[in-house]
Amino acid sequence: MTTSHESENQEMQTSVKPSSLADVANAKAPKVPGTAALGTGLETRGVHAWFGKHHALSNISLDFAAGTVTALIGPSGCGKSTFIRTINRMHEFIPGAAMAGEVLLDGKDVYAPGTDVTKIRLQIGMVFQKPNPFPSMTIGENVLSGLKLAQLKVENKDDLLEECLERAGLWNEVKDRLGAHGGSLSGGQQQRLCIARSLAVRPQVLLMDEPCSALDPGSTLRIEDTIRHLSDTMTIIIVTHNMQQAARVSDYTAFFLSDGGPGQMIEVAPTSEIFSRPQDSRTESYVTGRFG
Amino acid sequence: MPTQELVIPAPREIVTEPRRSDKIFRGVVTGGGLSSLAILGLIAIFLGYRGFEVLRQEGIGFITHSDWSISTDDAGNVLDSHFGLAAMLVGTILCSLIAVVIAVPISVFSALFLNFYAPGWLKKILITIIDMMAAFPSILFGIWGFLVLMPSVEYWAKLLHRYLGFIPFFDMQVPVYTRSPFVAGVVLSIMIIPIITSVSREIFSQAPLDRIQAAYALGATRWAMIKAVVIPHGRSGVIGGAMLGLGRAMGETVAVFTVLNIVFQVNWQMLLGAGGNVASLIILKFGDASPYEIKALMAAGLILFLLTLIVNAIANVIVKTTGKSGR
Repeated sequence: MTTSHESENQEMQTSVKPSSLADVANAKAPKVPGTAALGTGLETRGVHAWFGKHHALSNISLDFAAGTVTALIGPSGCGKSTFIRTINRMHEFIPGAAMAGEVLLDGKDVYAPGTDVTKIRLQIGMVFQKPNPFPSMTIGENVLSGLKLAQLKVENKDDLLEECLERAGLWNEVKDRLGAHGGSLSGGQQQRLCIARSLAVRPQVLLMDEPCSALDPGSTLRIEDTIRHLSDTMTIIIVTHNMQQAARVSDYTAFFLSDGGPGQMIEVAPTSEIFSRPQDSRTESYVTGRFG
Repeated sequence: MPTQELVIPAPREIVTEPRRSDKIFRGVVTGGGLSSLAILGLIAIFLGYRGFEVLRQEGIGFITHSDWSISTDDAGNVLDSHFGLAAMLVGTILCSLIAVVIAVPISVFSALFLNFYAPGWLKKILITIIDMMAAFPSILFGIWGFLVLMPSVEYWAKLLHRYLGFIPFFDMQVPVYTRSPFVAGVVLSIMIIPIITSVSREIFSQAPLDRIQAAYALGATRWAMIKAVVIPHGRSGVIGGAMLGLGRAMGETVAVFTVLNIVFQVNWQMLLGAGGNVASLIILKFGDASPYEIKALMAAGLILFLLTLIVNAIANVIVKTTGKSGR
């Protein structure tokens, strides 16, 4: 409880001074990329995406160093979600969807012929905008569902269960009712359950598509806490519309924008720089709240 | 500050006065909704009224005995009569259970194929064909069963008997393999596949996309996703569809009449060429029945009607108790 109170106080301070995003971003301990022993990270090269004839995303090349948190910001419809869905190959589920370019995980193209897509999705986990636990499963079963779905064997399920829930910041709230159904939790708890579920298959990269947009501020802060802890052991890419969130949790921020055509990446830089001295005037307008 | 006692008022009565158009519409839909109840009730009353005399005469024996005989004198007066439905009821249940056991897996797999595997153009064609199957006249299924299925089923029946004969259902003493409940069940299964398929397809297609994506994002194969998301979601719908199919199979008349030997002898051995069902009994006897025998047939109809109601009620209970999980 004490930690959540502290973070609520933090929230109050930042909401009192909305112009101090750069301060928020600077306040974090600087992170040296690549310290986590987690492969060489993720890289996209010239990624384009289409839905049928609609060109949704143009030429995105980004480096995500292992163990860093990168926030993708930008107005709605600029292709942020599409972009992260190309990374774990969820994009192709939409009929008529196409992509070009390369997504390299540890230097290997995830779209290379002969790649096992299910293995890619185990290495690159995803948390969705709306919490989506499996309602027919208990809390415990939900956390371990990835093992069952991907037919993985694990030595000690109880330890893994506790570890994942602990890392997702949910263990203390649910340890006495692991047999309850996932749907009995609150929205914020469900989202942390979904995070715990993603962790159980030990991904290298975790994609988060506006994970807090459906949650109240308290739950949002708890999830941000979780994200900061997780970044010690994995690479995180988070799409967010909340710039304070980007400032609070990310090491790097990329700004996406669509000028009516396909979405483009305008600028990427360490988060403190994006919020204090953005290079592009459009980025500056967006982060200072002049549009978007 | 003077504390004032808070007087808690009685809850107000809330009245809504619907508009006239709404009242009229409410009347129309109420009429539509109640008409099916009225029709069902009238049928039950009619059957009960016509069959009452026979039911009183035979008592419980009407459903426990297997006998159907009536003798009249030259003037048409009934001298002696014995009516018992046991064999026909057993036949009804046996044939329709065989049909459901065969049809449900086929229907579920085709529904899954249509929803998750079939390319768009094939899906459209198959759905049209399956819907057409549902509208196909049952006499044609019966004739097809008689002419085409019967000769080949003998081979399968012999196989089942040889390898599964230790199970009482597949056992048989007399080697008469044709015109058996098994053949009737296969014909019925083909008749009920369309309805179970389309109910299953509908419920599977409503499986929530966010959970499907969650499963895929966890590294699920398509089959693992279906097991984890689609089947739990659709279970109750599939059971409902199976019960609709079971209802149709129990009431089916002509197709069963065409392929089955109607014999008044309780027969649980599905490969043995003896049996019948209530509906086919009615069509067999109706043409040249005396007035009293017609009453017996009406009573038989009432029993079939009640059996169908019971099955549907059971189905409702199953759907309600299994429906909660997975939604």
